[in-house]
Amino acid sequence: MDENFRREIILDNYNDPMNRGLIEDDSYLKTRTNSESCIDDLNFMMKIEDDTIKDIRFDGEACAISTSATSIMIRSLIGKKIDEVRKILLNYQNMINEKEYDKELLGELNVYDNIQPNRKNCALIPSVAVDKMLEELK
Amino acid sequence: MNREDFPLLKKDIVYLDNGATTLKPKVVIDKMNKYYLEHTANIHRGDYDLATKTNELYDNVREIVREFVNCDYHEVIYTSGTTMSLNMVVFGYMRKHLKKGDEVLLNKGEHASNVLPWIKLSEEIGIVIKYVPLDKNYELTLDNIRKCVTKKTKVISLAHVSNVIGDVRDIKSIGKFCKEKNILFNVDGAQSVPHMKVDFKDSNIDFLSFSGHKMCGPTGIGILVGRKELLEDMDPIFLGGGMNNYFEEDGSYELKEVPTKFEAGTPPIAEVIGLGETIKYLMNLGIDKIHKYEVELKKYLLEQVKAIDNLIIYNKNSNSGILAFNIDGVFAQDTAVYLNHYNIAVRAGNHCTKLLKDEIGVKNTVRVSIYFYNNKEDIDILVKALKNNKDIFKVII
Repeated sequence: MDENFRREIILDNYNDPMNRGLIEDDSYLKTRTNSESCIDDLNFMMKIEDDTIKDIRFDGEACAISTSATSIMIRSLIGKKIDEVRKILLNYQNMINEKEYDKELLGELNVYDNIQPNRKNCALIPSVAVDKMLEELK
Repeated sequence: MNREDFPLLKKDIVYLDNGATTLKPKVVIDKMNKYYLEHTANIHRGDYDLATKTNELYDNVREIVREFVNCDYHEVIYTSGTTMSLNMVVFGYMRKHLKKGDEVLLNKGEHASNVLPWIKLSEEIGIVIKYVPLDKNYELTLDNIRKCVTKKTKVISLAHVSNVIGDVRDIKSIGKFCKEKNILFNVDGAQSVPHMKVDFKDSNIDFLSFSGHKMCGPTGIGILVGRKELLEDMDPIFLGGGMNNYFEEDGSYELKEVPTKFEAGTPPIAEVIGLGETIKYLMNLGIDKIHKYEVELKKYLLEQVKAIDNLIIYNKNSNSGILAFNIDGVFAQDTAVYLNHYNIAVRAGNHCTKLLKDEIGVKNTVRVSIYFYNNKEDIDILVKALKNNKDIFKVII
């Protein structure tokens, strides 16, 4: 991928992320993520209806990588069935952790295919958050 | 100063994260290796020559610490570090002697290890924690402490030098005040003992904690100094071998004297010996020179960054080698990642001081913390990178 194009996508999503700001609504699942190795601290909320993700919102303080990854992840998941979402999350995590993955499933999330080792946790934050909220369904 | 003593400085690195941990001089590493290579033995148990030599070295470190901070030999306890020392004070002494409603004065510039143990104790026995407000420079003053003291105030617990703002608290005056008011004075020396002369007796300190690794020494070793009569009435948190005289089936037992009763099990022997060597090294260097040198370097840094208009500095006035800042509109971690591209090591985050946000209005900062082996060249490299910060996202993404 062209480096300028990659940077442009990441920065656009960092400067103007999708669905930033939480709302008062008890029908949403909620979680907070902060990892030991990273100082990002984000709150997430997600609405599921008919096995489909209807909405994801977030807020908090975080670096350029985790904020942009959250924004792109939200855009990629809204409207998708849960089974499909699980597949995307798994492949995204595999990509970040340098394992085999299906590029076709990830769309714009492919901008993180060459992430530096010390930024992996940042990039993983949105997928960890959505995973945690999906766990609550079980 | 003395850069040649530090093997790691031969690499192309600008190390400015000394508030987190410090680099080690070769003499300290050699001294510890010698224990492993030439005289490995447990302490206070063996009747062979190796053990005798190790005992001698190990016990002598208490004497070195005694001289370094001016206390009595039996007032020096080996711990794993400042965190353990502070927890011993709270759960070994305070839990036994404080009661419901007693007040403890903290402030929002304190590290987690001088806040969370108190919160836990408050949960357990109902002591009341009060936070002394910081002044307009986010510093702690005796005046503000005075205003918070009531008849119920039993303890004042503070860092001598705070780990984000880096203000040097006037422990001599505070200690005198505590003595007059009959208040216990608990001092976290993690960020001060490595940098300046701390005098346990002269400052009327009741408990003083510090860590080896923040003063060029090994990790896993720290010190708790406590006034002897308090230590005699303090409970050990850990019990086991080496700290008891006897124990019987009927449940009777007798513990050893202070400080041995606080040192259960095999201690980190190499680290204790390494700490002794570290303190000797710092005393030879001249502990009084270190603080002065660091403050000069911070002044130089402040002078150099004046021209950078998007830098927000939180502690221009504090009298130590610590600078906390942010680049306007840039998340602290992104700044740290950016500086890492130039091999500059700094710390980004809340620095375990999670209440400070209530005072300074921001959760995360970038912290530069200077030690005596840093020089103007280090500062110049940092300043050059900060001056070019318009390129930050080109560099990190």
